[in-house]
Amino acid sequence: MSRRYAPALVMGAILLAAWETLPPLFGMSELLLPRASIVARALWNQLERGLILENLLVTLWEALSGFALGSAAAIVCAALITRSPLLERALLPYLVGLQALPKVALAPLLVVWLGFGIASKVSIATVIAFFPVLINSMIGFSTVETEKMELMRSLVASEWQIFRIVRFPNALPFIFAGLNVAIVFSITGALVGEFVGAKKGLGMLLLQFNFNMDIGGMFAVLIVLAGMGVALHGAVRVVHRRLIFWAEPDDLARRTP
Amino acid sequence: MSAGPAGALIDLRRVAKTFRARSGEDVAALSDIALAIGPGEFLTIVGPSGCGKSTLLRIIAGLVPPTGGAVRIAGREVAGPRRDIGLVFQDAVLLPWRTVLKNVLVPAEVIGIDAGTARRRAGELLDLVGLAGFADKYPMELSGGMRQRVAIARALMHDPAILLMDEPFGALDAMTREAMNSELLHVWQASRKTVVLVTHSIDEAVFLADRVVVMSPRPGSVREVLAVKVDRPRTFRTRLDRAFLEVVGAVRGHFEALRAPGAA
Repeated sequence: MSRRYAPALVMGAILLAAWETLPPLFGMSELLLPRASIVARALWNQLERGLILENLLVTLWEALSGFALGSAAAIVCAALITRSPLLERALLPYLVGLQALPKVALAPLLVVWLGFGIASKVSIATVIAFFPVLINSMIGFSTVETEKMELMRSLVASEWQIFRIVRFPNALPFIFAGLNVAIVFSITGALVGEFVGAKKGLGMLLLQFNFNMDIGGMFAVLIVLAGMGVALHGAVRVVHRRLIFWAEPDDLARRTP
Repeated sequence: MSAGPAGALIDLRRVAKTFRARSGEDVAALSDIALAIGPGEFLTIVGPSGCGKSTLLRIIAGLVPPTGGAVRIAGREVAGPRRDIGLVFQDAVLLPWRTVLKNVLVPAEVIGIDAGTARRRAGELLDLVGLAGFADKYPMELSGGMRQRVAIARALMHDPAILLMDEPFGALDAMTREAMNSELLHVWQASRKTVVLVTHSIDEAVFLADRVVVMSPRPGSVREVLAVKVDRPRTFRTRLDRAFLEVVGAVRGHFEALRAPGAA
């Protein structure tokens, strides 16, 4: 274990040391690039004042709601589209078109429609989480081994039975590939929404520090955002591994005697 | 011939199958197949790859419609998939997210057999195929031969009259394959199903069968049907038996003729 993490820890120590010592040596202003210790103090101060936690919870809630809504809608849409050639022909060109549109461009419009509260941020996170899950789920639902389908057809199984017993579990590795991307995207969505206009959230806090030229505070928010991203992505991966243990044949082959 | 069309369970009448190739040409995969398979019979179909034997099996299963002729099972024409058939493929085709027991239970779940009865029967079948202690294992924890036994248990779950097997042991090593041949005969003798098994192993075809159908390719057609008059139960000694070797020789002769230059 220690051997596995040691290189990363040593690298981290080197980077921190460089951050702490190099900027003054090169004559960089503390105002523009504060040293690591100043950022650490700023982070600690913000945490103590409770400002970060309060805004973190808002952004977290927006991102998670968007992630859940977007993913659920995407899985349902993918299931319907892959089962109905008519729906596919009717919807796919528009979905491809929307896919090509940078979703964050919708943020100003959604804020105008839904206001400065969390509804606009949740919608942006939903839209941005939707597409990676949709595309991956569609691939998952439509790539089923021919023999598995023949087996179900030979038993005269209904479409719903085929979906429940074969198609859905078969698509799970693909769905999770989409969810892994969507969870990170949804944080981006919430944040961009907050940039456009918000009363609360880490994005709003970041802009506030920016206006006040509080670079230490900005770094503190960035560190918290990175931590949140890592934690959420990690959570999705834990569920992924628990649920789809069967799609890692190499791992399991090694574990069995 | 041991069963005439009158007593046949599966009756193939002039079955033909033509595929449309990508070039737009029609390609005849099967032509004029006539076979009568009796109840309880073990029939094997052997032929070179591309002779349409797997297609023939899918036509019997009702998964692929023939373009000519008809298949009758118990006197009724096959118009689509039917639940009195169990299928076994070359790969076990297990669902990797389900345990062995839950894989065997799939047909019961689809057909709606009540849970208690289904579980009891699944237990008996796992006993029959020699996997009594493996109900809670996952497919990836099993060897290739064990997975194929699970597939056989699953094919028998809904107690179909007919078992259709498409090169079921083709992916196994030679030793496991011979062991599985003997086990399959054991299962067949215990369950008394009508079995149609497709293989490209001449030895396996003769060892298992009451009758061996030799097919020739392009288009796939029946070249000869040979009765295997070798005593049962068959054991590893059967493979040294003179009568057995004679049939193997006869089948091999057909293959040599097919390979000879100028052969159709």
